[in-house]
Amino acid sequence: MRAKDQLGLDGEAAATVHLERAGMRIVDRRWRCAHGELDIVAVDGQTFVFVEVKTRRGLAYGHPFEAITPAKVRRLRMLAWLWLEATGQRGPVRMDAVGIIAPREGTWRVEHLRGIS
Amino acid sequence: MSGFGRADCVVLRGMQGVGVQIEVHASAGLPVVHIVGLPGPAVQQARHRTWSAIARMGLAAPSGRVVINLTPASLPKAGTHFDLAMAIAVLRAGGAVPPDDGETALLGELGLDGRLRPVAGTLPLARAAAEAGARRLVVPTASVDEASLVEGLRVLGAASLAHAAALLGADLDPEPVEPVPGPLAPERARSGLDLADVVGNREAVDALEIAAAGAHHLLMVGPPGAGKTMLAMRLPGILPPLTQQQALDVASVRSLSGQAAPSSLDLLPPFEHPHHSATAVALVGGGSGTIRPGAAARATHGILFLDEAPEFPRAVLDMLRQPLESGTITLDRAAVSATYPAQFQLLLAANPCPCGLLGTGDCTCAPMARRRYFGRLSGPLLDRIDLRVRVERVTLGADGAGLGGAPRRTTADASARVAEARARAARRLHGTDWSAMGQVPGPWLRRHLPLAPAVLAPLEQALERGVITMRGLDRSVRVAWTIADLDGADAPSSTHVGGALALRKGIPA
Repeated sequence: MRAKDQLGLDGEAAATVHLERAGMRIVDRRWRCAHGELDIVAVDGQTFVFVEVKTRRGLAYGHPFEAITPAKVRRLRMLAWLWLEATGQRGPVRMDAVGIIAPREGTWRVEHLRGIS
Repeated sequence: MSGFGRADCVVLRGMQGVGVQIEVHASAGLPVVHIVGLPGPAVQQARHRTWSAIARMGLAAPSGRVVINLTPASLPKAGTHFDLAMAIAVLRAGGAVPPDDGETALLGELGLDGRLRPVAGTLPLARAAAEAGARRLVVPTASVDEASLVEGLRVLGAASLAHAAALLGADLDPEPVEPVPGPLAPERARSGLDLADVVGNREAVDALEIAAAGAHHLLMVGPPGAGKTMLAMRLPGILPPLTQQQALDVASVRSLSGQAAPSSLDLLPPFEHPHHSATAVALVGGGSGTIRPGAAARATHGILFLDEAPEFPRAVLDMLRQPLESGTITLDRAAVSATYPAQFQLLLAANPCPCGLLGTGDCTCAPMARRRYFGRLSGPLLDRIDLRVRVERVTLGADGAGLGGAPRRTTADASARVAEARARAARRLHGTDWSAMGQVPGPWLRRHLPLAPAVLAPLEQALERGVITMRGLDRSVRVAWTIADLDGADAPSSTHVGGALALRKGIPA
């Protein structure tokens, strides 16, 4: 496994912990279909939350959130719809983003944006 | 995380400006910058300049969703001078710079390195800022002299964004940087052209003096090499110097054309001489986003000299009718309209015929060609020309002067006489909108300053014989007043009127 993929996995694990601490229940992870992949699906009260996780070693290439472009947000929406379709669920929906700055040395920083679109 | 910041700037429509307030709202969200309030392309691109400059200065821009609004939001904004105000408003939204005091305007373009670059039109922008209520103005270092020409404005220069932020109370210690230099101001010393250089052509020199004293438009007709251009170039020297207000107008138009304004105001009236290949836009100004002034606006309070005037396309010449009528040029575009001052004195030079040799016996032009040549100077344009004078080639011994002969009139003499004549005219016109006799409409003259029938006799005879028209009579009366002013007389005598009449005849058209 390549280093960047490992970093992504570690980031998702950290994001999961963060979301659970924030009172959300994780219902799916790394869900794949022909059109792409959802990092994390959680439930916050009655709402299904689809979470995009971005992890970076540092800020040299910009903030992790800068990588979440309007095009990616649109795809996240489409995947969310496909997930609801595939699992037969219904309910209010929200998109979140979690950005993780994970330096090799020192503590990681987790930032959580609710309702990004 | 949510922040709000504000900064003041201005936008120009022609020479007049409107205050623009830049508001920045930073909130949580995916990083995105929206610029709203009708930004032009250069203002859209300011996003990249400001963010790079902020980063280079070691400062932090808000990381989330940023909305930049330029109010009044319905007014189109063009130009790069908004960069500084946008960057400061962004820094205020992030808390790096204290909130605005409501009386400081900011002007300047940012480089990616964070240094401030001077912008074209600094002087009119600074004037507009003062009119919009600003007491302090922050400009790029190289623009301080130019902006300081505006009274009642405290001008602060900054070399970089960090310097500007520090001036506005940010707690930082800006690194010294080399300021970006502005364009070099052209040397425009008192031209050094003296009327004494002109040999012979007494009549033309007289006409030039009358034109200067009364602000009359003048047409000179003569063969090539007769010295028409030489005479024309000596007119600014004998005109009265500009007032402070006029000089500020002139410097503002120059500044908008991208010429650097000198550190002190230039009081020599401008002299613009567009070539006859000039287009309508070059002459009156134009452009879509930012409407630039043309030669007619640059000649305001001075002289617009059209050499070989009949060679100009008629459509181009006719563009001058509006400014000749109103003293301003208004350019209308779909989104904006711009008004520039254009109170120039028109000086036309023409050959007597296309080949230029009419009257010497060597003319090869067909009669039709001759007529068509002057036909291009359309009636409405020629109608506004008070003075028409023939300029002949000088032959040795003409009017007894010769090359080394009798002393000739110098610029110093002439300008003293002109100043005196203008003073007389100004006393007479006190309380009206005009300052020189050439600006006064005929009907007003007839009503308020009627002449005795005996004095008017030569003109009435000429009118009867069909030598001049009624309109021509009005013009001659105006010129007669100016000649009387130059002569130190209280009112024109029949000699003055005869002189005025002579300055209308002898020219085709």
